[in-house]
Amino acid sequence: MTQSTERAADPSKAGAPGPGGGNIDDAEIARFQNLAKAWWDPVGKFRPLHQIGPARLTFIRNELTRHFGREGSGLRPFKNLTVLDVGCGGGLMSEPLARLGARVTGIDPGEKNITIARDHAAPQGLDIDYRVTTAEELVAAGAKFDAVVCLEVVEHVPDVAAFVQTCASLVRPGGLLILSTINRTLKAYALAIVAAEYVLGWLPRGTHQWDRFVTPEEIGRYIAAAGLGTPRFEGFVYNPLRDQWSLSPDTDVNYLAAASKPA
Amino acid sequence: MPDTHSTRRFDIVIAGASFAGLAFARALHTALGSDLRIALIDRTQRSASPAPESRAFALSAGARRMLETLGVWDEVAPLSQAVTEIEITDSSLEAGIRPVLLKYDNRLTPDAGNETTDEPASYIVPAAELEQALYRSVATSPGISFIVPAEIARFADTGSAVAITLRDGSEIEASLLVGAEGRRSASRESAGIKTVGWRYGQTAIVVLIAHERAHDGRAIQHFLPNGPFAILPLPGNRACLTWTEDEIEAKRILALDDAGFLAEVETRVAGRLGRVELAGPRQSWPLEMHLARAYVAPRFALIGDAAHGVHPIAGQGVNLAFRDVAALSEIVVDTLRLGLDPGSLEGLGRYERWRRFDSAVSAAAFDGLNKLFSNDALLVRAARDFGLGLVDRLPALKSRLVSEAAGLTGDLPRLFKSEPL
Repeated sequence: MTQSTERAADPSKAGAPGPGGGNIDDAEIARFQNLAKAWWDPVGKFRPLHQIGPARLTFIRNELTRHFGREGSGLRPFKNLTVLDVGCGGGLMSEPLARLGARVTGIDPGEKNITIARDHAAPQGLDIDYRVTTAEELVAAGAKFDAVVCLEVVEHVPDVAAFVQTCASLVRPGGLLILSTINRTLKAYALAIVAAEYVLGWLPRGTHQWDRFVTPEEIGRYIAAAGLGTPRFEGFVYNPLRDQWSLSPDTDVNYLAAASKPA
Repeated sequence: MPDTHSTRRFDIVIAGASFAGLAFARALHTALGSDLRIALIDRTQRSASPAPESRAFALSAGARRMLETLGVWDEVAPLSQAVTEIEITDSSLEAGIRPVLLKYDNRLTPDAGNETTDEPASYIVPAAELEQALYRSVATSPGISFIVPAEIARFADTGSAVAITLRDGSEIEASLLVGAEGRRSASRESAGIKTVGWRYGQTAIVVLIAHERAHDGRAIQHFLPNGPFAILPLPGNRACLTWTEDEIEAKRILALDDAGFLAEVETRVAGRLGRVELAGPRQSWPLEMHLARAYVAPRFALIGDAAHGVHPIAGQGVNLAFRDVAALSEIVVDTLRLGLDPGSLEGLGRYERWRRFDSAVSAAAFDGLNKLFSNDALLVRAARDFGLGLVDRLPALKSRLVSEAAGLTGDLPRLFKSEPL
């Protein structure tokens, strides 16, 4: 079980830079590494990520097709767009982005995650550039992408402002940054932690720490500080009757943001 | 590992190139174009001159809207008859006069939640022509391959694909396999999905007739003691007769020469349409009901008769099949447009929850209707006459029934609402 790593992820201990340096919390990496095998089990520990997939992808498809003037109804609307998936985990988002035509680079500091992601993509013939690395290292190498997506990651990093700045600098001028995270509201505490981790058992306990959640205002400030335009926000909410997530104007709990970099 | 070089890879493989399979291919192709690689597998090579066919379907308004949205309706519309009125009678075969029990205008009313008024709730469509039109709509589409004659021997989920082995030993791969081969579905058997069902000990007899007097778009359903008898109007003073008999009586009738068979037809039509002659082959099927215990498995889904066969009393089989097509194509198209895997159980589970309840209810309802009417007991007859008489006096209930039969109730798939995918 992941009990010990959960304790290690106590917020009071978070924030210590890992041996690899950079804006990364080693305890957080360890927790996701231990869950690595479960990434592609749609009814396993990452079921919530599978479930919110369609809503998140709908937002990404809408934003990218609008921003880059693509027709959204086809099979490969992202043809030839270079997309960086920061914190790709087992590749849950990298794979659909690649199927939609994007040339995807998926990065994750967890080696096990990248192995799982590679092993899952290969038999499908998906050509995804998976790397064990950090966003900071890519910045140092001078990498640029048409779009950078960073989903459900910022609530796990120690310094959100610096991390948003790092992600933004990987976007080429005229490109798009997409983030998603959880709002720091009482409702988010009730739903994303109490309900999801303790009552419904959707997520392992300790997956999230409430004080690491980020409000849209904060994200907006960090994005502005990174020199990007005003973000567009959209929430996504759970419908218990349909057992489905869908996009919503309600950003009180889970939400996405898209911001463009001036050309 | 199989030699991947000789394994042909598709996105979607459809087993069975009849109504459901063809319509499903058409729906996917219309939405996503030729980038989507579809294969249709069928046991038989389509012949250049198809055998004559007497069958016709009572196509619901929802199913018709789907065909229209898929660009297939225009071709069959001139060969189809709008049903403007439905008449239900109930009497023994010997009774000279058949009192009309229930008669209703078969047009959708605005209060039934439909924007269009005056749209007939159903059309009678000749089966062969409908299948031809569906076939032509996909036959030359780039992106759609026909693998014929061929049959699935077995298939397995490899985790990233479904690996399908055909009877000739060749292998193909896809993200999703759809079983649409009808009630004897080889893919369903290969998936190990059992069915529940029973036989009625009845035979359905179908024949096409030409008649002297105009039918005025009126469909007639006589509930005879041996089972229902329907006159389904077609353009140009023709009609498709469908009736059920117990197996022994059916055998006798089917063995008659043309004059004898025509005499049986005339007894049932009871002079309503003037002089009658046979205009197509007599065809027959043993009646049975069946329902697959599951509609989906990993990378596998059933549509149409492969999933469910209902009593043909209400002519709803093809409508249920098209509703499967509309629901599954909507889910598959939405899934593919997000770059997600159409073979994953998340989407397929949604399809099953959407369709299974509906078709089970339909199967049970048609079964109940048949039992109610295939009965000469006085009490049963009195009860149903009273029930129908009641329906006749309640316009709201009537329009609700019309709407139900039109396939416009419940959680409608987009294609049934004339919305493209």
